[in-house]
Amino acid sequence: MSGRPEHQAPPEIFYGEDEARKYTRNTRMMEIQLVMSERAVELLCLPENQPCHIIDLGCGSGLSGETLTEQGHVWTGVDISSAMLGVAKEREVEGDLLLGDLGQGLPFRAGAFDGAISISALQWLCNADQKSHNPAKRLYIFFSSLYSCLNRGSRAVFQFYPENSSQVELITSQAMKAGFTGGLVVDYPNSTKAKKFFLCLMTGGQQPLPAALGVDSREDAPNCVAFSQKRDRMKQLRAGKAPKKSRDWILEKKERRRRQGKETREDSKFTGRKRQSHVW
Amino acid sequence: MKLLTHNILTSKCLKGVTVGYPLGIVAKEIKVNEVEFNPEFISRMIQKVDWPALCKAAENLGHIDDLPSAVVDDYENNEEFLKKAHHFLMEIEVINGDLICPETGRKFPVTDGIPNMLANEDEV
Repeated sequence: MSGRPEHQAPPEIFYGEDEARKYTRNTRMMEIQLVMSERAVELLCLPENQPCHIIDLGCGSGLSGETLTEQGHVWTGVDISSAMLGVAKEREVEGDLLLGDLGQGLPFRAGAFDGAISISALQWLCNADQKSHNPAKRLYIFFSSLYSCLNRGSRAVFQFYPENSSQVELITSQAMKAGFTGGLVVDYPNSTKAKKFFLCLMTGGQQPLPAALGVDSREDAPNCVAFSQKRDRMKQLRAGKAPKKSRDWILEKKERRRRQGKETREDSKFTGRKRQSHVW
Repeated sequence: MKLLTHNILTSKCLKGVTVGYPLGIVAKEIKVNEVEFNPEFISRMIQKVDWPALCKAAENLGHIDDLPSAVVDDYENNEEFLKKAHHFLMEIEVINGDLICPETGRKFPVTDGIPNMLANEDEV
């Protein structure tokens, strides 16, 4: 599997039945989504101990929505993949679900929501999945409809995976055009693995951005999931070389000796054959 | 789709629609659930809810009995009223049916509780 999902197919096709199931069964994925959702809700700066009405943009199979429910909020989710929404229904998530395309605008009344979150979805809006699509226009329609359906003073937090800085520029400029203030918060900026981008948009006029995590270099980037550590260690073992004592290793070693000009036995069908272990 | 969600849904993303609210409901299947009552949340939502639209929706579903026709004064402290509002907003769910744009008549199908708000290319 190479590169970025959004280069392979439009989201409603990429997240078909199989992928939707895989996505939601992958425990590593679930844990990462949970951590990012909790951080996004934190960045929303909602009033304490007050149940709020939140919109989850690109809610998928409801992984991020569950964090909202856990924190006592009532939420509605929008997604373009009916397969993902189907999985959410199976998982019996509390939030109401809508099948919709964010780039067509949000079909809600003014001031309907107290906040918005979005986990790993915004980058999908930057691609033209159909000939008629103009990403900049779709982004503008999305952001301006979002601005109107949010209560004055509330925020929208987007965790996303920008492809490059011009994509960040495109997104931020359309958001500002739509009336939002705010900016990008980058957690763990110095760690390739832990680095996460959160676009924090505000409707209540210019306010200071929340502080990013892990900017103080003494703070360690979290090794989020045990799995990935173990996988790295496995890769580091003899990367690119044959495992020790195997036939391939023996043949390579003999080649090395020949290159060094040392006397070496000819290779034959008996080279590196399995020997019967002796009992001395 | 709960009636709370229906109360905030519009068809204004369609070309040629000015307000697009409220959407008509034709329901083929409805479900009534039990949802935990949160008086604080309901109290705040009542400020945002369009009450006449809620009454109209309940009427379309044939569930109008028991819903007060207007918001009472001092509703924050009226637990009975809050409980009724909670029942209609959070416990009645449209499973199958259609939502209808009041200006163009365009139908948005609701399947398995999920409204399909996707518009065709020529509609946006």
